[in-house]
Amino acid sequence: MKVYLDNNATTIVDPSVKEVMDPFFVEKYGNPNSLHAYAGETHPHIKTAMEKIYAGIQASREDSVVITSCATESNNWVLKSIYFEYILTGRKNHIIISEVEHPSIIATAKFIESMGCKVTYLPINAEGLIEAQSVRDNITSKTALVSVMWANNETGAVFPVEEIGEICAEYNVLFHTDAVQAIGKLPVSVQQFNVDYLTFSAHKFHGPKGVGALYIKKGREIMPLFHGGSQMGGLRSGTLNVPGIVGMGKAIEQAVDALDFEMSEIREMRDDFEDELLKIKDTFVVTPRNRRTPNTILISFRGIEGESMLWDLNRSGIGASTGSACASEDLEANSVMEAIGADEDLAHTAIRFSLSRYTTQEELDYTLDVVKKAVERLREISSSYAYSPEGHNSGLTAGH
Amino acid sequence: MGIDSLVGGTIWDEYSNKVADLMNNPKNMGEITTEQAEEMGGKLIVADFGAESCGDAVRLYWVVNPNTDVIMDSKFKSFGCGTAIASSDTMAELCKYKTVQEAVKITNIDVELAMRDTPDVPSVPPQKMHCSVMAYDVIKKAAGQYMNVDMESFEEEVIVCECARVSLSTLKEVIRLNDLTTVEQITDYTKAGAFCKSCIRPGGHEAKDIYLVDLLHEYNQEKLLAGSTLGGAEVTISFAKMSIVQKLKAVEKVIDDNIRQMLIMDGGDMEVLDIKENGENFDIYIRYLGACNGCASADTGTLFAIENILKEKLDTNIRVLPI
Repeated sequence: MKVYLDNNATTIVDPSVKEVMDPFFVEKYGNPNSLHAYAGETHPHIKTAMEKIYAGIQASREDSVVITSCATESNNWVLKSIYFEYILTGRKNHIIISEVEHPSIIATAKFIESMGCKVTYLPINAEGLIEAQSVRDNITSKTALVSVMWANNETGAVFPVEEIGEICAEYNVLFHTDAVQAIGKLPVSVQQFNVDYLTFSAHKFHGPKGVGALYIKKGREIMPLFHGGSQMGGLRSGTLNVPGIVGMGKAIEQAVDALDFEMSEIREMRDDFEDELLKIKDTFVVTPRNRRTPNTILISFRGIEGESMLWDLNRSGIGASTGSACASEDLEANSVMEAIGADEDLAHTAIRFSLSRYTTQEELDYTLDVVKKAVERLREISSSYAYSPEGHNSGLTAGH
Repeated sequence: MGIDSLVGGTIWDEYSNKVADLMNNPKNMGEITTEQAEEMGGKLIVADFGAESCGDAVRLYWVVNPNTDVIMDSKFKSFGCGTAIASSDTMAELCKYKTVQEAVKITNIDVELAMRDTPDVPSVPPQKMHCSVMAYDVIKKAAGQYMNVDMESFEEEVIVCECARVSLSTLKEVIRLNDLTTVEQITDYTKAGAFCKSCIRPGGHEAKDIYLVDLLHEYNQEKLLAGSTLGGAEVTISFAKMSIVQKLKAVEKVIDDNIRQMLIMDGGDMEVLDIKENGENFDIYIRYLGACNGCASADTGTLFAIENILKEKLDTNIRVLPI
């Protein structure tokens, strides 16, 4: 059996999304901005898709939702624009982000920090949550931007973006949120509270890879990252990704329609699965369920290093994650686990299961069975549960 | 870069079949109790290395014949990833039937070689090489316990890169002989820094006493001083210990070699006015000339670039203050 439980990394493209994209490769391939009938075949579809994307986050027609190549581009764009418009010009000198943002925020913040911008990294608390008060405590008269993600990719923790948005409005500071993990899992509306910039990406909600977006509230400054042929109103030049945009339109429409299912059925399946996992001895989950996206579990199995758990799961056809997939090539502990500052012995033991509307009960039952066997086998190997003779002074706590 | 770096790897594809097999069915996994060791007529040694909080921990069990020092049985338990388990297993296997004195000579490189499917293809990807280092360290720990000596005494020289086992003296010599200026060059010449990358600079997977960037920095300073001293005799004093005149000269030289050209290209220039010691900091007062004067980045990007270059070449406590 093959089971995909890594939906926070990427998702299957919904077959109906693929279907609406299909005509735009061979049949209708015109550049929508050209002046001939070929363009006429694609341009109306871009318009319809854009309207769906606007509706998906309840943006007003006066706002800009610019299509990018991915969330990483959108996140880079906001921070680098802030650097050029506010920091380099000396109008402001500071931004605030959380310490558990996606690498596309953290690495970009570190880059502009090296160029002279001050950066505050907000800590998360023992439950993996950000406290809105910490934003207020760190805002100065020179703060240009606060960027805090809507929901965390690793724990699923939902951050108090509404409260943070209000604080930013109060101090007249711009607010950006990376909503990549929120769309399709939580109701997302840019009308609901103060937000100036918002990032999202199609492949996280059963759309195609290679297409993301940045919402920019009416009147907010943004410096183009890509200069060129003035597509997207000159804000983001480059020939439009017609199939991608059409696919994203369909995908976000479906994601919004499926929201009730996500927040009831999937949540229930996730909760039951988590209850069963927690019955295994020495397992730990940090963030309370009611403060998480409905599809995510980050669970620690004491004594089992995360990669070896993934190894055993993979042998049985199950795809899960130890955290951010972007980080799977380096060797560091799960950054959220480290940031929580919980039991450091657990930093390397976290496994993330993330469900989608394609996940079935049968798949979860099978996964539970495999997990139990893997825990048994790997704890048998683990030095954490090994015999030591009386009087043996364990060196296992000495760091290296 | 190149296509391989651009595509990137999935680390599991780079594991040898032997590594995968040992991960699935480790041969020497298990425990030995004091009673079992006594039954075999040997002494039980239990040694631990690593920590769960670091991501790798291993416990090694040996039964040693006290008359011959021969390791009669060897088993392990390990908290770690697939390569850590496979390396520990291979290490335990290699120890068997050797004397403790022979076992100490087994290195992480022997462990890695033993896990290869074919002699010229590495058994693990570079970033996993450090797992085999732990297998090597725990042997020294066990031998130290048996022989009642400190495990450090088995290491004859200071090893800077443990993955490739490159010593401090080798590195210093290679840097000097070939006039190396970058970490990439050191890696090309010695393989140091090619694997887990912890030894390159602080902030890697493991904390180190000596980093490759320190060695480059040290060599750079030596060169700088050699250049500013009559006859080019080698003098090894740090920036902090230089006289004020030497400091000014050193700063001017760094600016001439690395910074001035960049400013002139933009129609500007700069001059050094003074250097003052301020606590542990060295405050270098400068004045911008030409187009630099009043440029928007003179207090941001350009300034940070100047400061960073001076910090890198001379002393990390340097601060640059434009007047």
